[in-house]
Amino acid sequence: MLRTRCLKFAVLAAAAAVGAFVLPTAQAQTTLRVVMHSDLKIVDPIWTTAYITRNHGYMIYDTLFATDANGKVQPQMLEKYAVSADGLTYTLTLRDGLLWHDGAPVTAEDCVASIRRWGAKDAMGQKMMSFVKDFAIIDAKTFRINLTSPTGLVVGGLGKPSSAAPFMMPKRVAETSPNEQISDFTGSGPFVFKKDEWKPGDKAVYVKFDKYKPRAEPPSGMAGGKVVKVDRIEWRAVADQQTAVNALLAGEIDYIEQPAHDLLPVLKKDAGVKLVDINPLGNQYAFRFNSTVKPFDNPKVKQALLYAFNQEDFLKATIGDPTYYKVCLEMFICGTPLGSTKGTDGLLQSNFVKAKQLLTEAGYDGTPIVLLHSTDLQVLTNLAPVAKSLMEKAGFKVDMQDMDWQTVVARRAKKEPPSQGGWSAFLTSWVSADVLNPVATAFLNSSCDKALFGWPCDAEIEKLRDQFAREADPAKQKAIAEAVQLAWAQDPTHVFLGQWYQPAAVRKNIDGFVIAPVTVFWNVTKTGK
Amino acid sequence: MLAYIARRLLATIPVMAIVAVLVFSMLRLTPGDPAAIIAGAAATSQDIIDIRARLGLDRSIVAQFFVWIGNVLTGDFGESFFFKKQVAALIADRVGPTLALATTTMILSVLVAVPLGVIAAWKQGTWIDRIVMGFSVLGFSVPVFVVGYVLIYIFAVELSWLPVQGYQPLREGLWGFLQRLILPSLTLSVIYIALIARITRTSVLEVLNEDYIRTARAKGLPDRVVLMKHALRNAAVPIVTIIGIGVALLIGGVVVTESVFSIPGLGRLTVDAVLARDYPTVQAVILLFSAVYVLLNLVVDVAYTFLDPRIRY
Repeated sequence: MLRTRCLKFAVLAAAAAVGAFVLPTAQAQTTLRVVMHSDLKIVDPIWTTAYITRNHGYMIYDTLFATDANGKVQPQMLEKYAVSADGLTYTLTLRDGLLWHDGAPVTAEDCVASIRRWGAKDAMGQKMMSFVKDFAIIDAKTFRINLTSPTGLVVGGLGKPSSAAPFMMPKRVAETSPNEQISDFTGSGPFVFKKDEWKPGDKAVYVKFDKYKPRAEPPSGMAGGKVVKVDRIEWRAVADQQTAVNALLAGEIDYIEQPAHDLLPVLKKDAGVKLVDINPLGNQYAFRFNSTVKPFDNPKVKQALLYAFNQEDFLKATIGDPTYYKVCLEMFICGTPLGSTKGTDGLLQSNFVKAKQLLTEAGYDGTPIVLLHSTDLQVLTNLAPVAKSLMEKAGFKVDMQDMDWQTVVARRAKKEPPSQGGWSAFLTSWVSADVLNPVATAFLNSSCDKALFGWPCDAEIEKLRDQFAREADPAKQKAIAEAVQLAWAQDPTHVFLGQWYQPAAVRKNIDGFVIAPVTVFWNVTKTGK
Repeated sequence: MLAYIARRLLATIPVMAIVAVLVFSMLRLTPGDPAAIIAGAAATSQDIIDIRARLGLDRSIVAQFFVWIGNVLTGDFGESFFFKKQVAALIADRVGPTLALATTTMILSVLVAVPLGVIAAWKQGTWIDRIVMGFSVLGFSVPVFVVGYVLIYIFAVELSWLPVQGYQPLREGLWGFLQRLILPSLTLSVIYIALIARITRTSVLEVLNEDYIRTARAKGLPDRVVLMKHALRNAAVPIVTIIGIGVALLIGGVVVTESVFSIPGLGRLTVDAVLARDYPTVQAVILLFSAVYVLLNLVVDVAYTFLDPRIRY
């Protein structure tokens, strides 16, 4: 009897609970459900250079300039800008009608504060700020940047497409120390971030900003009119690639930003799905030396690797399908304004005889190379074993150490010798948009202790990078970029190992993706279910 | 009994303290640096040093431990290094899906496994017994993710009866809630059905050889009554033990299933936090799991007294 009563009570309680919890939920008109390459964890795109945070930045913020599909920097939030005859003064005027998501107008003061914060944090921003004498506010919409000497970095820097892009924030937000994360996510971009719906590990939600005023021009790269054609976008955190693919096939999600290459054949076969290459510039693999430790403190040993390696082996082992990779002996990316093969004759063709000869000349004593092998990221996993094999054929002794990527990230920051927990080399990948010129290419920074992990020290390369920063003439910039490549071939900072492409997988009822180095969702349409 | 429960609860304090010291030390000994991860690919060494200082990671491990434990004692588990959210809030967001999955899995497992185990014992040596035990071995042998993918392929991709992934809270609709739990619960329950069915069979078999069972049969009681009233009740102690341990394991061990079905539960939070070296989150989650283990063991021990009047504390 007691059991029966308990059962009845349980059923009634469950029914009451269900009744209480079942509430009508509002249905958005058009919702795009997408799986990005990573879960959104950090939401300050100036504080971190993580690509997922950069993508989040493009959802909710806008930029003063933007790079179009032809690699040309165009005004974005700006109505116009003018450069004085001596190249020392830039006058920037905002477009009419730009509003923050809280309804306040975007002002010149907001933009100056935003540039200062970005300029304190981003490497290219720091370089640009080294030319800035001061800022002057002319009126609510106009401000002036006064320089100490001319540079092409004002427009190039403020229009850089990738991390850390100079996103504009309200003054109260931009005044947050660049070393602290912001907690107010008010932007002026085409989407509003729904902080209340953000659940790390589950989803991040964006809704259309109805008061956003797009430019009149059609979208082109990161530039042009950012016309939003869906009401709501949900970034779903699906950690398992197979699950994401199954969900796409079943129509539960609309888009996967970076499906694993080995799952592409499954997606190709499905009638409801298409593959779209949104970023034709692709990505570039790189092998990074630690230039502060033996044997890579010797330029000839590094040169030996330029001869020992060949790009095809790396690309085949990781990407496999030649449709999605390209052998490219141009440091600043094939098909771009600064792309050039200058100085690469005979390099990257696995000439082991030459490599061995260089090692002998360098007096290489068999010091083991501690090669960090990232085992948990599919696009990187097979790189280190290929590197090991080629290096051993050239006469190197290699100690390949397996670890997850986050351990690589921590380990590469260590300056200790390899025998004390340091490292000699590791492999990684950059979005091509990050390596389009000598200043943006972080691995070329050769300013010793101030350089990126690996800490190369090369006064010649630094001098050329500085010249590049000062130069505004594209033809002269190209000549400097080629000179950088020649200097690099003498004392390499890293080895670039070819380009690879990552198609996105999309349901066939989704259209309008903008071809750009960053996945953006303006102009995207969804028809039907 | 109350004195026993109070003693056991007091005994959890040193256990939790040991767990706290262990998890804190092991995390610090694990390779990896949250500051380097946060800083991103283009960060300089100085950026990483700055971030370490802001996170308090530049202090000695002992100092870090006392700051952390002091805060935990006041109920403050700190802020996640990555999510800019309080760890307690992060955990609160994730408890629901994990509890829902663990509950449905355990209900399903017990409802299926106990009768199967009893039947297998009753029909010992017959084809029924062999089939049940065969399935049991299969349940142990097939990895959870394989079962998950197969079920997804059949019921979600091919038949479109159920969703592939995701979680919907109960407050947004009962059917949506259940719909998203069916496949993950089925997947997870396979191994628990195997485990509980085997233990039930063994326990019931032991009891079936006891004198009082022979007596009950000699009295002319039907098999159903002998099995349910005399055998199963007396075999319940090990079965309840394994169910209790199973619940505890489920709460801490649903990582694979949560990943395969993209359920934003505690398992995935733990994995994400470990991979990102998010120390405050990992520490809090492990403490929570330990507390659940300790308390569930206590509940199981107390349950013995109801199942077997001879047991007294």
